[in-house]
Amino acid sequence: MVKTKSKVIQRDDIVVKFVGDSGDGMQLSGTLFSDTAALAGLDLATFPDYPAEIRAPHNTIAGVSGFQVHVGSKKIETTGDMCDVLVAMNPASLRSNLKWAKQGATIITDEDAFDEAALKKSGYTENPLENDSLSGFNLVKAPITTLTREAVKSLGIDNKSADRSKNMFGLGIVYHLLGLSLESTYEFFNKKFKNKPEVIAANRAVLEAGFNYADTVEALSSVYQVPKAKMEPGRYRNITGNVATAWGFLAASERSGRPLFLGSYPITPATEILIELAKYKSLGAKVFQAEDEIAGITSAIGASYTGSLALTTTSGPGLSLKSEAIGLAVMTELPLVIVNVQRGGPSTGLPTKSEQSDLYQALFGRNGEAPVVVIAASSSANCFYYAYMASKIAMEHMTPVILLTDGYLGNGSQLFRIPKVADLPAINPPIAVANDPDYKPYRRDPATLARKWALPGTEGLRHRVGGLEKEDIYGNVSTDPMNHQKMVDLREAKVQKVADFIPEQEISGDQEGELLVISWGGTQGTVTEAVEEVQKSGKKISHAHFHYIMPLPKNTGELLKRFSKILVCELNSGQFVNYLRMTHPENKYMKYNKVQGLPFTVTELVNVFNATLEEK
Amino acid sequence: MNNQPNLTIERSAVELTKEDFVSDQMVKWCPGCGAHAILSSVANVFPKIGYRKENFMFVSGIGCSSRFPYYVNTYGIHGIHGRAAAIASGVKIANPHLSVWIATGDGDSMAIGGNHFIHIIRRNIDVNIMLFNNQIYGLTKGQYSPTTPMGSVTKTSPQGTIEHPFNPGELVLGAQGTFFARVVDTNPRLMTEVMFEAAKHDGTSVVEILQNCVIFADKTHDVVTNKDVRDDRQIVLRNGEPMIFGKNRDKGIRLNGTRLEVVTLGENGITEDDLLVHDAYQQDPGIHLMLAKMAYPHFPVALGVIRAAMYPTYDDMVEDQITYAKSTSKIKNVDDLLNSGDTWEIK
Repeated sequence: MVKTKSKVIQRDDIVVKFVGDSGDGMQLSGTLFSDTAALAGLDLATFPDYPAEIRAPHNTIAGVSGFQVHVGSKKIETTGDMCDVLVAMNPASLRSNLKWAKQGATIITDEDAFDEAALKKSGYTENPLENDSLSGFNLVKAPITTLTREAVKSLGIDNKSADRSKNMFGLGIVYHLLGLSLESTYEFFNKKFKNKPEVIAANRAVLEAGFNYADTVEALSSVYQVPKAKMEPGRYRNITGNVATAWGFLAASERSGRPLFLGSYPITPATEILIELAKYKSLGAKVFQAEDEIAGITSAIGASYTGSLALTTTSGPGLSLKSEAIGLAVMTELPLVIVNVQRGGPSTGLPTKSEQSDLYQALFGRNGEAPVVVIAASSSANCFYYAYMASKIAMEHMTPVILLTDGYLGNGSQLFRIPKVADLPAINPPIAVANDPDYKPYRRDPATLARKWALPGTEGLRHRVGGLEKEDIYGNVSTDPMNHQKMVDLREAKVQKVADFIPEQEISGDQEGELLVISWGGTQGTVTEAVEEVQKSGKKISHAHFHYIMPLPKNTGELLKRFSKILVCELNSGQFVNYLRMTHPENKYMKYNKVQGLPFTVTELVNVFNATLEEK
Repeated sequence: MNNQPNLTIERSAVELTKEDFVSDQMVKWCPGCGAHAILSSVANVFPKIGYRKENFMFVSGIGCSSRFPYYVNTYGIHGIHGRAAAIASGVKIANPHLSVWIATGDGDSMAIGGNHFIHIIRRNIDVNIMLFNNQIYGLTKGQYSPTTPMGSVTKTSPQGTIEHPFNPGELVLGAQGTFFARVVDTNPRLMTEVMFEAAKHDGTSVVEILQNCVIFADKTHDVVTNKDVRDDRQIVLRNGEPMIFGKNRDKGIRLNGTRLEVVTLGENGITEDDLLVHDAYQQDPGIHLMLAKMAYPHFPVALGVIRAAMYPTYDDMVEDQITYAKSTSKIKNVDDLLNSGDTWEIK
């Protein structure tokens, strides 16, 4: 083959998507690519998109697994709408993902995988690599299976084993395409297959073969160059939202001096938090994999009573099962953080897809008047910070806190600037001291209305709590009507008082004007990018992204009044907008919603914002 | 054999009395309810166990029995229906220095809380479960429970129940229970003695208390607890002693082939040597299961400690794993963790 000189295209950002059959190793390709890009100094965000089945039928659309990575020299807010590079390992993955490829995108396929049977299973009537259906793209038809087998032949590896490394061939092509080094992936092989030198050699050989193939093949008429990102100085790592959540809790435990207890039951897409925390017994974390969701939360309530930073992690249907127990935590006024990594609902719904449709459940899903604090993380990396803040608020205000993230944040990853634990805000739980003559179980701190946390084992503080209504101050069981009224009011006021301790809501863009776009939770990156794009065209548009939902920041009402149009964008049918209608009925609200198990795209939002601005 | 209560729990420096555990709350059970006797036994036995009074903790769910925490002056949680075992699991794992007690009923632990009940037992978490078995839902006023005898007429079974009841002992042993005992609410001395044994046991202990509900299931256990017949219909098992019972101490239990059998001493040449000798510490639960299942009219009902086998507890193993992880892991604090693995500096 003749080596061709490729044209070098400079880009601010590139979106690469790896897709294939669910056993093809696409998640690994995506992860290795993001690690390499991060080490090369690029900012990034990733999003894995995998089916609910572990191994859906081979070569079917249902079995397609994907991993999208957005890298760039600019600040990367989203995982990208459409991709510049699509690596499609089989016909089904090409067919289901072609709609996400930009016009002119580079599509890398394994032409060996496009046999008659596979084409048929994916629903193609003719081979798309043979007709002109892909003429608008830069199509690379690589015989990946054949070349992979050849690459490892000299190592004496059989075809079946060789085929397991096919994904590395595609990855090698992508490394070449973006001018990235193979080093960090070599290191990964060395660590991962420490005692299997033949596997290390095979993977290296295939990765190199892919890289060299791209170097020589003419189809790769151009390669991309993305300059290093300008990022705030500091130490960085790549982190997923679920790992960041787990680590935020560990930091809160260390900073508050309260041992961590997690009671949890596996559920997609929240399980990784449980898995992650289970690794850190060395930090004293006690992780209890309970028999069900209810035991997850009630064991945490028991641990909370004894003085632990108590946590339970779940997703939508699991939160439903925990409702009654959240009420117990409200009544006993014990600190507890409930994480809901939201997924598509109702019922089992779309377990591996993302949605923001549990806001009502978080705010209202309990019997009786049962207010809790609700906060929402907005990026994979800031899951760390909001997990930390959820813990701080729960302990300092003696209240359950629901932390909302979602599958998109939880599974997605981002670069994370590593903080020092000592630089995080202090956490001072109101722990009662032994033999305090003034101690009463429901006596409150006037600033927070929090009661004291009296830990079993402490002399002079024996007391009982429970789900029956409690007498003000003394905490004895009471059915007195006026006492009940007072306690209901106090519990509400205690949660509202949290507003005195959280930051005011900020607006990006003009501080007053024509259109205020409102969002909350995991849509922040996409909405920010779309707003900035509209702002660039000179239009008057501002953006407020909410992290604190119950209570809302104190300046919310005043801030909403400054805009003539308010548009609330959410991945549900309009839950936050209705909450605003309820809490701030003086304004008129418009809404834009989507419930497809998919994130917003920047393009769709830009269109919506422009249309909203034009409306009279 | 372990004669000492749990050594990880701090002992009281002063001698405690019954008064140390009496709460200032009015006890609101019906007059004549068997629960009064249980409360009194607890107040008697807690000072004897010897732990600091601040290290006792009661957890309950919902039901008549579950009001218990309000009536003892210890730390306590009155939880939600069925969840006492799960709450207590969290308490004990989070703080193994507490002596954790659960007060629960047959509905609370075996219907709505059945799942937590079997799993706490399977895990062998070191808590003590007092199971008030009155074979009825009392607080909701008289519906049948998972232990109501088949055919019983209750508010929700006007033609008699058509459900097979649980035998709690069978359920406990089926869930790999390490400690099971049975007492009757009319024998406070035995109750106190058995509760002490339960406290001593490392692991989940279940004490089934055959309790009378004067309002909705009066005399439900009368067939075995009635003064006139009880000596012939109960057998109090004591470790290491032959299984003898009866008003005249002339009856016994022996193993005939693979089955238990009631025999009369002196008849057909049967002597004490032919009787089974109780071994509560035996790991194999086979005989324990047969003993737990003994029922009137063919057998006397077994009381006392039926099984007390030694197995590692969940809470001890958690502490062991933490100690090991702390001594071997390179990650000593969260800063270490944050900087572990692949990280890079941007200047």
